[in-house]
Amino acid sequence: MNFDINNIIFSMPEIIILAGACLLLMFDLVLPKSQKHVIAYLSLAVVIIAGAQTWMLSDNIAHIFDRMFMFDGYALFFKFVFYIATLLAILLSINYMKIEGGSYGEYYVLILFALSGMMIMASGTDLLSIYVGLELMALSIYILTGFTQHYGRSNEAAMKYIILGAFSSGVLLYGISLIYGLTGTTQLTDLALALKGQDSMDMSLLLAVIFLVAGFGFKVAAVPFHMWAPDVYEGAPTSITAFMSVGPKAAAFAAILRVFIDALGPVAASWETILALVAVVTMATGSLFALVQTNIKRMLAYSSIAHAGYALLGVVAGGRDGISSVMLYMLIYTLMNMGIFGTIIMMRKGDFRGENIHDYTGLSKTNKLTAFLMLIFLFSLAGIPPTGGFVGKFYIFIALVSRGLIPLAVIAVLFSAVSAYFYIRIVMLMYMKEPTHRFDLAATPASGIAIAIAVIGTLVIGILPSWFLEMAQRAAFPV
Amino acid sequence: MELPILSIVTFLPLLGAAVLLFIKNNTAARWIALGFTVVDFLVAIPIVLNFDRTTHNMQFVEHYNWIPSWNITYHMGIDGISVLFIFLSALLGWICVLASWRSIEHKVKEFMMALLVMQTAMIGVFCALDFFLFYLFWEAMLIPMYLIIGVWGGKNRIYAAIKFFLYTLAGSVLMLIGIIALYFAGGQTFDIMELMKQNYPFAFQFWVFLAFFIAFAIKVPMFPFHTWLPDAHVEAPTAGSIILAGVLLKMGTYGLIRFNLTLFEEAARYFTPIVLVMSVIGIIYGGYLALAQSDIKKLIAYSSISHMGFVTLGLFVYNSAGVEGAIMQMLNHGISTGALFLCIGLIYERTHTRELDAYGGLAKVVPVYTTFFTIFMLSSLAIPGTNSFIGEFLILVGAFGYSKLAGGLSIIGAMLGAVYLLSMYKRFALGEVNHKGHIHDARDVNTREFIAMAALAIFVFWIGVNATPFMELLHPSVNHLLEQLNAAGSMAAYIK
Repeated sequence: MNFDINNIIFSMPEIIILAGACLLLMFDLVLPKSQKHVIAYLSLAVVIIAGAQTWMLSDNIAHIFDRMFMFDGYALFFKFVFYIATLLAILLSINYMKIEGGSYGEYYVLILFALSGMMIMASGTDLLSIYVGLELMALSIYILTGFTQHYGRSNEAAMKYIILGAFSSGVLLYGISLIYGLTGTTQLTDLALALKGQDSMDMSLLLAVIFLVAGFGFKVAAVPFHMWAPDVYEGAPTSITAFMSVGPKAAAFAAILRVFIDALGPVAASWETILALVAVVTMATGSLFALVQTNIKRMLAYSSIAHAGYALLGVVAGGRDGISSVMLYMLIYTLMNMGIFGTIIMMRKGDFRGENIHDYTGLSKTNKLTAFLMLIFLFSLAGIPPTGGFVGKFYIFIALVSRGLIPLAVIAVLFSAVSAYFYIRIVMLMYMKEPTHRFDLAATPASGIAIAIAVIGTLVIGILPSWFLEMAQRAAFPV
Repeated sequence: MELPILSIVTFLPLLGAAVLLFIKNNTAARWIALGFTVVDFLVAIPIVLNFDRTTHNMQFVEHYNWIPSWNITYHMGIDGISVLFIFLSALLGWICVLASWRSIEHKVKEFMMALLVMQTAMIGVFCALDFFLFYLFWEAMLIPMYLIIGVWGGKNRIYAAIKFFLYTLAGSVLMLIGIIALYFAGGQTFDIMELMKQNYPFAFQFWVFLAFFIAFAIKVPMFPFHTWLPDAHVEAPTAGSIILAGVLLKMGTYGLIRFNLTLFEEAARYFTPIVLVMSVIGIIYGGYLALAQSDIKKLIAYSSISHMGFVTLGLFVYNSAGVEGAIMQMLNHGISTGALFLCIGLIYERTHTRELDAYGGLAKVVPVYTTFFTIFMLSSLAIPGTNSFIGEFLILVGAFGYSKLAGGLSIIGAMLGAVYLLSMYKRFALGEVNHKGHIHDARDVNTREFIAMAALAIFVFWIGVNATPFMELLHPSVNHLLEQLNAAGSMAAYIK
């Protein structure tokens, strides 16, 4: 491999994040225990510097590291989604981790490592580089899930996650090696060339595709690879639940779009039906199981399963509209889901966890503003205008109908009506019942900023989506 | 630059809601809400007065780019049909504030905000000429109405609110798919005026007509989609019931006129028999159920189903008497039934019961109140000289012109109306004073209530005696609509 200065220039954002994370890890060693929270602010700074650097590089397209990675508008868009997710997660963590038992420096460092993994996934144009990014992200998240060691469920969740995650990685890797065996390459564009004219019903190829669907499906918690999600979401520290419900999911979709539409595009016929089926079952399972949950984190786990189903439909739709609809959806989902988790995190104070749905009974009486913010996020998750959630779903429906996939669109809207029930049930508890106990919210400036960003973003995209929409459309990689 | 008067009339209430965010005092919140709704009403008056009655073209048009990548524009404009409903919404707006002046005691500010947001969404629906904009307003109505029923409603309010929400949502998401299908069939635009110029193949019309029809039939509500309505009406606070009966139900029939009849003429012809059967069943069944009610509010709610059945009947008989009668009936039902819900709300505030058995002899206790109640009851009964007579009469003329059977059967509904309204009136207001309830010490109306009821009573008689100015607004638009429909009808006959 020849040395190419472009390799350094266009991987600068990742380098900044990784180098920053390593520096902070060392800095953490010399910090006195009472000053550990400084790491949180420093990690914010690292993300912001990387964001500025990324912004300066925009409008460029470059293949780097022997076409293992690509710097393009598509990667850029997703990187900004990850930055937003990370920034909000850090802001929400500061107070929460203090309550959960001290602010640990390595907590934030791990978040940064996960972030860099996601960025590698979004830029990766080779199955192996994508896999490396995925593992870097996943390993960090495994540890973060078990971060609150004193809390039994957290340990259990981490164990479940790591075992199932390792298994799914194995499946994914097996799929990749099958593909390599069949075509002799793992580079995405070469793969597309090799597959052109291929008989799409080739059994071994079909098997490889199914393994890929399973591997990535696990990461986005698509049914039937979703079993881990409710337990892990419930057990993980809420700030990490928030983070992993959006960041890794968006990263996995970034990779799915590239792998399936870019590389496996020529054999679309062989995976479209599988993915459509997975999407429908995912929406159905997510929406129906969410109906019966009493723990709000579990409910949101199923809700996020359902949302993955909608996004998968965007992948099925394909084309420029399909790709950009998934991108926009991930951006909106990041904002609204971080928002709803942000309000849940504010409930955590003392021994009170605020994880039971009934904990929110009568919230509007005691905390008007918090209840109102939750109302906006919940209606956005349900896809009611004028919120971002509506615009996101609207675009996916447009992508589907433009491909003539009207039955899929009808199924999707019907499940979206079903899912409205469990979101408005929380609104009902907050607004229509008398409070059962006093709430004492742990709002801090940091969490306030995070929630403000989330709510403004959700509403602006809902009312004036034009700018974001054009961004996503311009950034969708050429197909 | 012309004054964007439609945007003003639409968003003024929303501005009021924003102002209320900073208000703490309950009394101030009431006055501010009243101020904004009255000004909104005053803005609506010049719209009606300056409306050009000679053309069917859209007027006061505003057209700006909004989301260029999807060809979505901010397109507002009204014709003779929408202008009436903007006026009705603006009129009922301040009446709703007056009606909730004392009956809403907790979270006054939030209630007024919900009312104002609701009003923006309602007027917006009647002004929107872009499907995206239309759907935005259409769905945005769900949130405040859900809260109005669920937070300030009666005992079973939560059940009613959720039922209302899910029913209407399920209908309108289907419409969303219809809208997106139209977008692609009509050349990638959401502009309603553009989409109306296209001709769609019958198979396409068939499905998209159904998608729209289910959404609107739920909203109207037509039999058998009506079951959410009595629950919502009974549990909603007075203002909520007035809005529901006055404007929300009109959205469904407005949608039928604006979209089902104009966009899918051939499919409309095809589905006409089914719609007529549903309408006639609605008329008779609604009246029959109303007959059996002992709760006054429920009785009026079921009578709404019957009255709205007349509207859908009139719309689908394809002659000017039927369609104009239907539109007048929409307006009249908004006024009369809205007024009846107002009356019931006022007496409920005093006696805390809606059971007919607890009443009797009200005329002796509260004569002014009973006078108004009588006016509105007679109007609902469509006595000549009151507003509803015009509408119902024209609908029946139109219905007989199209099908003697449909006309004949709907007469039964009109007769049932006389039975349930008069017997309700007898038990409610006539006879000896019933001392079992608390009605003997109910006080009569105060100035605030008098103004609200008098405003509605004026329209009852005005339209009843001289409907011409109102009908004139309609003529060009309805004629244009019928020309299109009949052209399509003859084409459909030709195809067969």
